[in-house]
Amino acid sequence: MAKVEAMMPWKDVPLGGTILEPGNARKFKTGDWRSKIRPVTDKEKCIKCGMCWIFCPDMAYTHREDGYFDWNGDYCKGCGICAKECPKDAITMVAEEE
Amino acid sequence: MIADDLKDFKKFTPKTLPREEPFVSGHRACQGCGEVLALRQVAKAIGTPMIAVSATGCMEIISSPFPQTAWAVPWIHVAFENAAAVASGVESGLKILVDKGRIPRKEIKVVAFAGDGGTADIGLQALSGAMERGHNFVYVCLDNEAYMNTGIQRSSSTPYGAMTTTSPAGKVTPGQTTWKKNLPAIMAAHNIPYVATASPAYYLDLMNKAKKASLIKGPAYLHIYSSCPTGWRHGADLAITVSRLVVETNIFPLYEIEEGRYTVRKNNQPKPVVDYFKTQRRFAHMTPDMLQTIQERVDRDYQRLLQMEGLTNPAVVKEERKVAE
Amino acid sequence: MAKRVGMEVSISISEAVKLANVDVISAYPITPQTHIVEHLSEFVSDGELHSAFVPVESEHSAMSAALGASAVGARTFTATSSQGLALMHEIMYLAASMRLPVVMSVVNRALSSPINIWNDLSDIMAERDSGWIQVFAINGQEAYDLTLQAFKIAEDPRVLLPVAVNLDGFILSHVIEPIELFEQKEVDPFLPPYQPVLRLDPEKPVSMGAFGSPEVFIEVKKQVEEALIGSQKVVAEVWKDFGQRYGRVYKPVESYQTKGAETILITMGSITETAMMAIDALREKGRQVGLVHIRLWRPFPFKEFLQAIKGAKTVAVLDRALSPGGVGGPVGLEVKSALFGKEERPYVAEFVAGLGGRDLTVETFIEVLDKAEKYSQKQKDFQYELIGVREK
Repeated sequence: MAKVEAMMPWKDVPLGGTILEPGNARKFKTGDWRSKIRPVTDKEKCIKCGMCWIFCPDMAYTHREDGYFDWNGDYCKGCGICAKECPKDAITMVAEEE
Repeated sequence: MIADDLKDFKKFTPKTLPREEPFVSGHRACQGCGEVLALRQVAKAIGTPMIAVSATGCMEIISSPFPQTAWAVPWIHVAFENAAAVASGVESGLKILVDKGRIPRKEIKVVAFAGDGGTADIGLQALSGAMERGHNFVYVCLDNEAYMNTGIQRSSSTPYGAMTTTSPAGKVTPGQTTWKKNLPAIMAAHNIPYVATASPAYYLDLMNKAKKASLIKGPAYLHIYSSCPTGWRHGADLAITVSRLVVETNIFPLYEIEEGRYTVRKNNQPKPVVDYFKTQRRFAHMTPDMLQTIQERVDRDYQRLLQMEGLTNPAVVKEERKVAE
Repeated sequence: MAKRVGMEVSISISEAVKLANVDVISAYPITPQTHIVEHLSEFVSDGELHSAFVPVESEHSAMSAALGASAVGARTFTATSSQGLALMHEIMYLAASMRLPVVMSVVNRALSSPINIWNDLSDIMAERDSGWIQVFAINGQEAYDLTLQAFKIAEDPRVLLPVAVNLDGFILSHVIEPIELFEQKEVDPFLPPYQPVLRLDPEKPVSMGAFGSPEVFIEVKKQVEEALIGSQKVVAEVWKDFGQRYGRVYKPVESYQTKGAETILITMGSITETAMMAIDALREKGRQVGLVHIRLWRPFPFKEFLQAIKGAKTVAVLDRALSPGGVGGPVGLEVKSALFGKEERPYVAEFVAGLGGRDLTVETFIEVLDKAEKYSQKQKDFQYELIGVREK
């Protein structure tokens, strides 16, 4: 977690508190913010339109070779925008198992 | 002339949207944040090489908790009111270093991001100065209509009637008692080459405008509606719903102003404003009278916008009439 | 070779900035700083200086734009005074903590109110703790030299801190003095272009100005503190190099007639030269008095200062800024702190004078020295004395 990683000796802190590694927030998994509910896509209904992808505030969907989209539980905060905006109602929010 | 700047501009289509994410996962924005989504869409549209400048605010805090950054592009944050001034320095610095041959001659897009507080209130002076001086960068106001980062206080961009922690719905005053400051009009008054409004629900429109803004030499201003489920008290899944409704009701019309010429995305059969207001608890206290007042104002403002278009861009109006007939 | 010309000191600073071949100048007008940036804008306008001149809409934006430019690796200069510096205050701390080596001329002027355009040091003293390296010029040649040196000091990879070169408003900035000007070819070997350690570069993206939680905030501040303290070594090196190249020697504190002096006057800035005349006058009368002036204010050169006043029975500090409700002025406070805990320490008499441009004459310094000696004899217990205030 970020807090632990920030605890470094002063000499090791990059100049002026600059962050040297681009996009390293990826290491911070926001998936555990979900309150036990996650989106599931029904491939039968999916028309590969990409609404889930372009409307995701957490970039939790990525393109697949076959045109479908992969969902990434590491970052999905479970907001449900994708389910709401799916034009074919192919995405449903389902309860997650413990 | 922006026509020259845009001669190679190709509109995005759903199939040609860039895959690259200059702003990445792992950021700490709230669940269902409409602002970070708007930011993401702008960043994608403009792409790399880009240098981003942030004002203090939600997007700065959630993207850069040391030692982690959600920025995959070079990024700088200095303070709250000076994103436009910092961007001025970045742009001037890049230009002179290229001229002097100290860095490679490459088109690097400079993009400043600020919220409505950082734009309409505390940053207005720096923004005005930068726009007037004609720096070549894109300024993006991500407008979530209040100071969300400090706990939902009203700004001059908070709409009439909205409840915030400093414009509460009390026994005497019913939420915000003033009307939203018209930032795009103020920017247009600076005679900059490009001003546009956008909403993330209309992502192609938004991304095309962002791309255009970045291609145009000189200052460009994007005013982007950015929903805030936390501050507006709406469901986490409603960011796009409200971002669409606000346009469908003409509360937040989509338009662009290119070298003074207005082009309005037409919506001549708007939904009643109440459809929008009932989606958010910040408006829960509003009376039918207030809604009526707002409806009249929205209708009037939309007509004014069409009049501006008629005045400044008769060709577009004529063309539309032809299509309609 | 260097040529000596009569020139307004402000203009000579512009000449130094030009020789430094700065990349970006961001500026906003304020009296008495304005001549510096006016002249720079003329250079740019005439093509004599290849840099971006950004005529910002406020000092806050001047400093903000300077940070933005410095962050992409540009050598960056700005100048201000008084209210303008106060408006920059917020960004001053960021310049230091973000390690952006901006150079600024501060043409010292009183802070309102009443609004007053004349000289004292209250503007820069409000920035004492901002993390900037702060030097004070006593004459035009120093203002010129210190400006050139400032870039080399600020941009040293061991330092990477902003530098404020202070010069007194009007009484120094607007006077015409003989100044030895360098030629470009003399300066270039001394001051090569800025090589940033970190910069905003799409080839190697970094995030500057990140959010610092309590877990890292102190560590960043510790870095600034160490860099600032460590900068004294670099300042000394740069001054040595400068002295070897051009023959003018600079030290963090300078002594004048301190040999055998029982009473030493402490000054900063251009009043020093007037104070020297007072010392000469008193020395002629056989008084054992001397003068120490502080050139390097931040980092404070404790060792050199203590060495300079060694042997004095009485130290008279002349401050030109007031810390209301405190012990007088910032220099007095620093001097007392430096001496506290030393077994042998002189009596310190603290005076505040010259606020808002009130004239400081030879007589004023004589008065101060007389009083200091008198109070010292009685070991008078007092915080400070405001010189020149009318009681009736």
